[in-house]
Amino acid sequence: MPPDKPDVLHGSLALMVLRTLDSMGPQHGWGIARRIEQTSGDVLELNQGSLYPALLRLEQLGWIASKWGTSENNRRAKFYSITRAGKKQLAAETENWERISGIIGRFLRPGGAAS
Amino acid sequence: MRRLRVLWRRCAGMLSKNRLERDLEDELAFHLQMETTDLIRRGMPPEEARFSARRQFGGIARTKETYRETRGLPMIEAFWQDMRFALRMLRRDPGFSLLAILCLTLGIGANATVFSWIEGILLRPFPLVAHQERMMAVAGTNRGEPGHDDVSCPDYRDFAKNCTLFDAFIVDRITGITLSTGDRAERAPASIVSSNYFDALGVHPILGRGFEPAEDVGRNAHPVTVISYRVWRERYRGDPGIVGKTQMLNGLPHTIVGVAPENFRGTFVGWGMQYWLPLSMQELFDPGGYKLEDRGARWIEGFVRLKPGVSRQRAQSEISAVAQRLEDTYPATNRGRGIQLYPLWQTPFNNAGTLLPTLKISLAVAIAVLLIACANVSNLLLLRSFRRRHEMTVRLAIGSARRRLFAQLLTEGFILAAFAAAGGFALAYACRNLLVLLLPARGGVSMYLPGGLDWRVLALSAGVCAVSTLLFALVPAIQASDIDLAGSMRAESAGVVGGRRRALVRSSLVQVQVALSFVLLVGTGLLMRSLRAVEATNPGFLTGNVLATTVDFAAAGYNRDRTRNFQELIVDRLQSLAGVQSAAFTGLAPFTMRSYQSASIAVEGYQAPPDRQITVACVGVGPSYFATMGIPLVAGREFARTDTGATPPVAVVNELMASQYWKGLDPVGRRFQANGQWLQVIGIAKMSKYRNLTEIPQPFYYTPLLQTGGGSGLQVRTALPPETLTKALRSEIQKLDSNLILGEVITMREQVDRTTAVRKTALGMLALFGGLALLLAAIGLYAVMSYTVSQRMREFGLRMALGADTADLLRGVIRHGLTLTAAGILLGIAVAMVLTKLAASLLYHVSPRDLLTFGAACVVTAIASLAACLVPAWRASRIDPVRALRS
Repeated sequence: MPPDKPDVLHGSLALMVLRTLDSMGPQHGWGIARRIEQTSGDVLELNQGSLYPALLRLEQLGWIASKWGTSENNRRAKFYSITRAGKKQLAAETENWERISGIIGRFLRPGGAAS
Repeated sequence: MRRLRVLWRRCAGMLSKNRLERDLEDELAFHLQMETTDLIRRGMPPEEARFSARRQFGGIARTKETYRETRGLPMIEAFWQDMRFALRMLRRDPGFSLLAILCLTLGIGANATVFSWIEGILLRPFPLVAHQERMMAVAGTNRGEPGHDDVSCPDYRDFAKNCTLFDAFIVDRITGITLSTGDRAERAPASIVSSNYFDALGVHPILGRGFEPAEDVGRNAHPVTVISYRVWRERYRGDPGIVGKTQMLNGLPHTIVGVAPENFRGTFVGWGMQYWLPLSMQELFDPGGYKLEDRGARWIEGFVRLKPGVSRQRAQSEISAVAQRLEDTYPATNRGRGIQLYPLWQTPFNNAGTLLPTLKISLAVAIAVLLIACANVSNLLLLRSFRRRHEMTVRLAIGSARRRLFAQLLTEGFILAAFAAAGGFALAYACRNLLVLLLPARGGVSMYLPGGLDWRVLALSAGVCAVSTLLFALVPAIQASDIDLAGSMRAESAGVVGGRRRALVRSSLVQVQVALSFVLLVGTGLLMRSLRAVEATNPGFLTGNVLATTVDFAAAGYNRDRTRNFQELIVDRLQSLAGVQSAAFTGLAPFTMRSYQSASIAVEGYQAPPDRQITVACVGVGPSYFATMGIPLVAGREFARTDTGATPPVAVVNELMASQYWKGLDPVGRRFQANGQWLQVIGIAKMSKYRNLTEIPQPFYYTPLLQTGGGSGLQVRTALPPETLTKALRSEIQKLDSNLILGEVITMREQVDRTTAVRKTALGMLALFGGLALLLAAIGLYAVMSYTVSQRMREFGLRMALGADTADLLRGVIRHGLTLTAAGILLGIAVAMVLTKLAASLLYHVSPRDLLTFGAACVVTAIASLAACLVPAWRASRIDPVRALRS
């Protein structure tokens, strides 16, 4: 089993997926990838392939669910949606994120570490 | 919880792999297509769009791989891979695989079989009986005397009343009964039991009831019986209305009140009971008169169940305290009498105790065979791993992890073990009841000694199997995965495989095998010499031309006087037959399974220690018994027809009793008291054996049947071959009274031989496994020698080219093989010195370190290993130097 990479990007990818599904409703993989890229203003060039193992992992954790459906151009596609557990997780993560970014922010402000 | 969910999904991911793989394919294709379309829409040329989409995505194969690893359980998938590969490898070399599996099957099968015997005979001997782990056997002791005794009924009742740490006291006395249906009569094993028997055991009759408390008392007042399921199905054809019907048992109609459940065979290791009788019917079924109220009549064999959490020590000290109180209250009958509790597997009065040493030896032997098999397979694997060295080296060189290689080799070991375990269990299943075949039937009824192949046995065997896999697969796996890459590339080109250290491992494996098989050979030799010594022991009576049988007077309803008259009549008729020299009745012939009565005695002029009760075993015999049995009298005379109830009571004592209690005085003409009655000694009989050939000489006396009554054993001495007389014997008795049932007619030789059956069983077991072990060790030696020779072909070729002759090479190889053997034998001698003490209880007139046996085992081992070396040596000597050097 490959070790889970708990780095910022990995963790934040999960957060971004959850957030995307929470705000946009059910989406297929490409839609999620597209959305993340758009939201980041195309600054964050996602390696799209790494999205799929992440989706699988989120699904195994029970935070998202998947269902086969038909896409806007009439093709068979797998749609992901956020679950109730996922929403709870998103709220917790969001709060956590804000707290940490607040702390880091304070550190990074001029003279922050001295106070 | 979350972890569990992930694990569950991963497991599920492993199962529906094909569908998931298709889904993944579809999903990724869809993604690429969407991206391409999007790019085209934004104005990119189609060809470039497709390329760009792929670049955006990253490595597709890599993504899939990561996805798969996340989806399933990679460790298990790797294991499956190893399994498939290992199976392929085993198929590629079927000769090796079969040999290895066969070796291990024998080892695991032998262990599982012995486990099943121990489970079925010693640990959980009584199917359907609840809480056997809290059951203990009860036997009496007599201070100053070895061995065990039975318990009297009043004592038993007092124990049940006064002990608080016990759930139940159960009376169980095995007896043989005669049942008659129409004009046919049969003998059957039966038990006299207390009324709480079925309830206390937790066994509920499937029809009718068990016994009621009232049926414990009243002399012969309750002729009722519970029958076994098998008897119900076979003898009564499963009659649903059987309860309430009657059956003649020992000449008295008994009402069948219940049918025991299927598989319940009673509580006597070795025999399956067919009828159970209540305590109150003791007098009818147990010889020696009415004993229920006689504290001096010891006849009960019993079991107790301890309350939960009570230790054996506590129970023992409580019951001993009660026994002490009884000793104080009833000194006349109870002086020196105690109680000993035994765990079921040591029960002294049934076959558990008899078979214990044999089973112990069997276990040791089975473990030895397993070790030998493991060493053998280990050696085979090791040799094969050298042949596969090229494969291993390449795999390592192209980047396979050593850990993976190691796992692969262990997996191959586990597959071998798994096949062997399946074979071993099948073997154990086939052999679970084998023990009965090694012991003779008595009186036409065969013994019942089932192995118990339950989950405990299977679990233990599986554990043994796992441990043995580690034993045999670990060394080769460590060695093979520990390849020095650069070195082995070089070595391979030089054609020299297997360094000094590896050769050492191989040699020591062979030495272990030789040592273990040597130990088994020594054991076999010792038991064989013991058996010889036992069989050479003189029982003190004639065996070859004396026939023994029983006549069941009680079942035919004979009273004491009628029995006595009839005995005289039969003896006269028999003595008139051609070839019959003499005939006599006895209460109990020597060497039957039943034990002799004993009486507490007092001798004029002999002062017994105050806290002891002197008891001596005795038997009633008819006129001319000593002449018939060929037991010489050293002084005085034997009983005559004139010693009757009208003349003073007399006795014949044996030599040991004479010297022990009269100390140099001539006892003839003197008196002693037995159970309160004065007897006058009229003769001294030469020492003879009473129960078996290996017993310690013991004091013994005989009384005349004409004075004491009873006597169902009949001995006939003949000048003709005894078999020819059997028919005449039967017809004479039938002519006199067709209601009389004659038991099995056998020679005393046969009677004596039956007592050595257990000894023969142990010997057979050891001989079988010892031979097997030797064969395995020889195969191991052969494999190693063949391999060594094949590796040294070039060297041999060179030596031949330089002028060595065939004999030199032959000698060299054989010397190498015999050196290995010699080291193994030395190790074996050291181990055998310690282990043979295990068999001490089965040894007779042979030292556990008997020089002759050890020497013979050395010779046999040496011959076997010489045979194993010959073929490889011969092959070495036939080398064509030119070809060997060129290859």
